[in-house]
Amino acid sequence: MISGLLPASLLKMLQRVDLVMLAALSLLMFMGLVTLYSASDAEMTLVYRQGVHFSLGLVLMLLFSQVEGKTLRQFAIWLYGIGVVLLILVLMVGVIKKGAQRWLYLGIDVQPAEMMKLAVPMMVAYYFSEKPLPPRFIDIIIALILVAVPMLLIMKQPDLGTALLIALSGLFVIYLAGMSWWLIGGAVAALAIAAPLMFNYGMHDYQRQRILTLFDPESDLLGTGYHIYQSKIAIGSGGVYGKGWLHGDQSHLDFLPERHTDFIFAVFGEEFGFLGNLLLVGLYVFIIWRGLYIASKGADTFSRLLAGSLSLTFFIYLLVNTGMVSGVLPVVGIPLPLVSYGGTSVVTLMSAFGIIMGMKKRKRNYQTDE
Amino acid sequence: MGERLSIKTERDEQQLFNSRAIVAGLIVLIALSGIMTGLYFLQVKEHDTYTELSKQNYQKHIPRAPTRGQIYDRNGAKLADNHAQYVLEVVWDSVPDQNDDGRKRWDDMQMMLERLNKIVPLSEKDLRIFGQQVNRRSRYQPTPLKENLTEQEMAMFAVNKSRFPGVNLERRMQRYYPLGTVASHVIGYVGRIDDRDLERLDKNNYAGTSHIGKIGVEAAHEDRLHGQAGYDLAEVDAHGRHQDMIERKEAVGGQDLILGLDINLQLKAEALLKGERGAVVAIDPRNGEVLAMASVPTFDPNLFVDGISSKIYTELRDDPDRPLYNRALQGAYPPGSTVKPMNTMAGLYEKVIWPGKTVYDPGFFQIPGHKHRYRCWKKSGHGGVSMDYAIAQSCDTFFYDMAYRMGVDKFSGYMSLFGFGKKTGIDLTSESDGLMPTPEWKQRRYKQVWYPGDTVNIGIGQGYWLATPIQLAHATASVAMRGKRIRPHVLRAFRTAKDKPEQILEPEVIAQIPARDKRHWEMVVQGMVHVVHASYGTAKRVGLGAPYTIAGKTGTAQVFGIAQNARYDASRLAKRLHDHALFVGFAPADNPQIAVSVIVENGGGGSSTAAPIARKVMDAYLLKKYDDEASTEASGEVEPADIVPQVEGADE
Repeated sequence: MISGLLPASLLKMLQRVDLVMLAALSLLMFMGLVTLYSASDAEMTLVYRQGVHFSLGLVLMLLFSQVEGKTLRQFAIWLYGIGVVLLILVLMVGVIKKGAQRWLYLGIDVQPAEMMKLAVPMMVAYYFSEKPLPPRFIDIIIALILVAVPMLLIMKQPDLGTALLIALSGLFVIYLAGMSWWLIGGAVAALAIAAPLMFNYGMHDYQRQRILTLFDPESDLLGTGYHIYQSKIAIGSGGVYGKGWLHGDQSHLDFLPERHTDFIFAVFGEEFGFLGNLLLVGLYVFIIWRGLYIASKGADTFSRLLAGSLSLTFFIYLLVNTGMVSGVLPVVGIPLPLVSYGGTSVVTLMSAFGIIMGMKKRKRNYQTDE
Repeated sequence: MGERLSIKTERDEQQLFNSRAIVAGLIVLIALSGIMTGLYFLQVKEHDTYTELSKQNYQKHIPRAPTRGQIYDRNGAKLADNHAQYVLEVVWDSVPDQNDDGRKRWDDMQMMLERLNKIVPLSEKDLRIFGQQVNRRSRYQPTPLKENLTEQEMAMFAVNKSRFPGVNLERRMQRYYPLGTVASHVIGYVGRIDDRDLERLDKNNYAGTSHIGKIGVEAAHEDRLHGQAGYDLAEVDAHGRHQDMIERKEAVGGQDLILGLDINLQLKAEALLKGERGAVVAIDPRNGEVLAMASVPTFDPNLFVDGISSKIYTELRDDPDRPLYNRALQGAYPPGSTVKPMNTMAGLYEKVIWPGKTVYDPGFFQIPGHKHRYRCWKKSGHGGVSMDYAIAQSCDTFFYDMAYRMGVDKFSGYMSLFGFGKKTGIDLTSESDGLMPTPEWKQRRYKQVWYPGDTVNIGIGQGYWLATPIQLAHATASVAMRGKRIRPHVLRAFRTAKDKPEQILEPEVIAQIPARDKRHWEMVVQGMVHVVHASYGTAKRVGLGAPYTIAGKTGTAQVFGIAQNARYDASRLAKRLHDHALFVGFAPADNPQIAVSVIVENGGGGSSTAAPIARKVMDAYLLKKYDDEASTEASGEVEPADIVPQVEGADE
């Protein structure tokens, strides 16, 4: 027995891991490495590095899966508070890279916004766990402010993608907490009215351009449109069955920009075709549903709300990325979760899955509580 | 709070969450179905479109330029050729790091160029143009650095080539005109393709070509000369780097063109005009082939091939003698008396005159009821003038009277049948229309009515009437052919390859000019023969000693108006105000083989200046006397006092 070779404490830790979820995640990571290998022209360098990221992510997942909701919620307010302070510091003394001020130098360059992806839903879930549900109007307003502060700070950097993800992670908590459908309907209507105003007055030129380009990518082939145009060609030319692994002309002849990172879905789509995409998206749906299932088995309100929100945020990653790469949504720099190359997002995502697993009601606790 | 309430709340909250989670799960499914629908359209519905786009992306056609056809004269003398020239090209990406800073930048390029400069001298201009071009191109594409390398430079580079990775010696074909200035207006030249060319040409077929015909045969027969481009279909990456060759299609070279020009005749014609400004056009009346088309002064087309310097171009353009101007096609001159034979045909056709008719010439013509005298060139008058005598003596009064009685509509209408006022349609560029005036034209142009006096003036080829030398030669050839109009053309034949037979172009008959009686043609030709060979002919001197019969007609076109009763004194007038000298003719009269028109700007009299040139051209062609300088001297010197100067059609 392999279990015999492992220390008893590790075995105990592994019991907290949702094996179904882990299996699905492992399959996804494997598909990610296979695609990355092709995207880097059969070079192993990035594949090795991504392997390291995955290993680190799995360790973090294992560690976070041990933490119970009632423990985690005690840190919510601190994590959130420190996060907001760091975000303010970023804007004051942050490091500027590629025209955006997103990093803070603390020995190494860190990106506080990344932490907020976990801290904001935790904070909102914590807030609602103290209140009767469905939430009263005033609580919703306060929750919205809790979401808006970090969102606006991150938009200021500017980092539209992350701001969007963080805002949604908070809003998902409010939704899952049971905000009335009437209010949701009203909010959607308000957004529909505000969106054009936002487009005209609240955006940077490059962001506005990305949205305009969406409607007519061929109009700007040398600028933003080039990305979308080339990735549509890659995916479209893949057809039903794909050109085969390592045989995507678009990616191997360098026509696809950012093909290791944000546009890796196009590499996958070109080489594995519509059927491959169906499989990949299906796998994602399974993971999201499993996350929601685990959330519904949460130990308490905080656990449920947090796990549910994190699962849905994972869905947003997928939606925005695939939508962008297939030319349905604007270009927003969000990676394809666990497939795009990049350590930060792997670490954040795997921590989130660890947290989701940890939120599940423990049988032992359940029994003692009864 | 009580325990029960907490449990109830807990249960409610669980249920609330579950319902929310289920709705969320459904939304996830719907949203991702939306994405999958988008992907379905991309990958299934529009798959073919994107496959095509993908191919366009990575499959590049690298053009293979066809070899331009060569141009020959009718006897095989080469008029336009292709010479190999050698060009140094640089592929920036292949230029190695020179200063070992680990980066390949502009300073590396400059260091390389400095080293190269010691082997092959690079001019400031080379470097400037290279600097501009290299930044516009991909780093993986070659950029020309220096053109036209000498043998020594090539040798020096070849020896040192290994020291200059990224620099390559490439062979290119360049157009070359071995005869220089000779027949340059006919042959034309090629020049770099410019924006205007790009608008009309087939971009695929010219993808690898840098030059295109600009004027002359080079432009008019561009389609034949250019050929069909080929390509290499290669796989390239996003930076344009070649990966693999997929397919090659060889280029098909352009056709070799054989012109109707006899280059010796052309040389002769140009030599005869040397020092003058003028034009000579010689046509074979039997098939319309242009045997010679001289426009003097001329220019060297080789200057234009590689981009003429603006200084030389300005000089050529601003030269008062206008060497770039093709007088044979673009020059519109009053035809003067040269058109009297054609006028006679009009008079006969419209029954205003008839073979036995005589007109009394008192030295002038008057419109009935008007005082103004339209003077004949012979002040004393010709007395009773028959049709034959009127042509031979160029009696103005006879033709004033005839035109007046015919009326402008009939007159212009019939003259249009000879092609006056319209392009002949010769296969060359920038031909002028000339002008065959009508009352409608005058109303449009000057907002004035047509006066009867206007008709009188055009009766002797003056007034508003303008004709080009090619129109005159064409009309003369048509007379020679007894009314059969054959379109003049410079392209005699072509062949698709060196080893293929020549294919001779069929002459194109435009029309048959109608005559009341076929014998009228013979009568008019007879009148023209008398111009040259009769004792009373205006050009009797040029006919002397000719072993063949010439039918001709002199003409003198007035450059400025002379007041009534004033005397024309050539010696006292500045050269630029002298009359234009003209002559048209064909020979042999009964078996025409050559029709000629000559115009010498400000040459004075047609019989003294233009006619001898025509005679020598005919001698050269018919007797193969291409370089008989003695005869040139002998027949040109006499200036018959009773004939020149002619002053015709003074209108006020």
